[in-house]
Amino acid sequence: MTPAGRRWIFVAAIAGLAAFYLWGLVGLPGFGNYPGPYGDIINRVAVAQTNATAAVSAVNFEYRGFDTVGEEFILFVAATGVAVVLRHMRDERERATGGEHGDEADEGRRVPATSGAIRMVALIMTGPTVVMGWWLVSHAQTDPSGGFQGGVVLATAFILIYLAGQFLAFERVSPVDVTDAVEAVGAGGFAAVGITAVAMGLPYLTNFLGLGTTPGAVSSSGTIALISFFVGLAVGAAFILIVSEMLDQALLLRQGSQ
Amino acid sequence: MQFFPFVVVVWILAVGLYGIVTSRHLVHLIVCLIVVQSSTYVLLLGVGYKTGAVAPYFFDVPNHTPAVDPVVQALALTDVVVEAAVTALLLAIAIQAHKRFGTLDPQELVELKG
Repeated sequence: MTPAGRRWIFVAAIAGLAAFYLWGLVGLPGFGNYPGPYGDIINRVAVAQTNATAAVSAVNFEYRGFDTVGEEFILFVAATGVAVVLRHMRDERERATGGEHGDEADEGRRVPATSGAIRMVALIMTGPTVVMGWWLVSHAQTDPSGGFQGGVVLATAFILIYLAGQFLAFERVSPVDVTDAVEAVGAGGFAAVGITAVAMGLPYLTNFLGLGTTPGAVSSSGTIALISFFVGLAVGAAFILIVSEMLDQALLLRQGSQ
Repeated sequence: MQFFPFVVVVWILAVGLYGIVTSRHLVHLIVCLIVVQSSTYVLLLGVGYKTGAVAPYFFDVPNHTPAVDPVVQALALTDVVVEAAVTALLLAIAIQAHKRFGTLDPQELVELKG
């Protein structure tokens, strides 16, 4: 099919979609008139039931914890998939450094040295980023934070180490074996919290820990804080794994072009 | 203007789909897919919005303050992170496609397959 023909089919299809969509909108409650009872009920009962002042975390790690197990395993599988897809052709490293033929697109590409300014800023930012990441991971129950956001920020700290130093330093602070293990502990820990509840004769993922006395205290909310911690580990390790696999590829292509 | 955010949703969706349909580069195609997915975030947060309500965090507001729907926010939040990981997987596949076929143009890749 020609690109022009493809475009016309698309325009016709999207015009139809837009027409039906706008027609459907007329019969729906407008923006700002939230109709459903579900969110309102959770807002009303979340603090009393879980001692977590963050209703979003209560939904993620308590009311819909089972969904979040699934989401977390999608992340786990995606990170594993990156490792599998990129490891598939590991043998090409020897071939590429052997100087037979590098990647043609990278011929002649020079890699500039990291500037002093980047190293300086990255070094200064590393410590605060770790602190902020842990703060986010450990405050899911009180504030707009949680394992997902905190894990990503923690992974950023390791990428800053790469920027400040070199790939070798990055590999030294986050060796692949350790990263793999941390990711497995994080993903498995979430599932294990659920199974522990089952072992105690409760439904899967029941909040079996003490809820604490003060809503909004870091020690409150039982398994919400615990699950957020495991999610933080899993997410952080997954992104470090993804980045180190990508950097491996960059080095591979770079060696091939020299 | 009561429906404006929902019109924005379908606009983002259409722009992203247009990019996918006309894409000549796999990385561009993956970015367009992210744009398509972003429309779901606007939709989710738009559905859960309540005029005059606060964010669903009761740390420093009384318990029964009207707040927006926390469920859609939880969905959007996990999805942003999961999407980033899935995007990395797609980019990894694009790297391997380039290694094997020497091109990142999806239309040429189709021709290669016959």
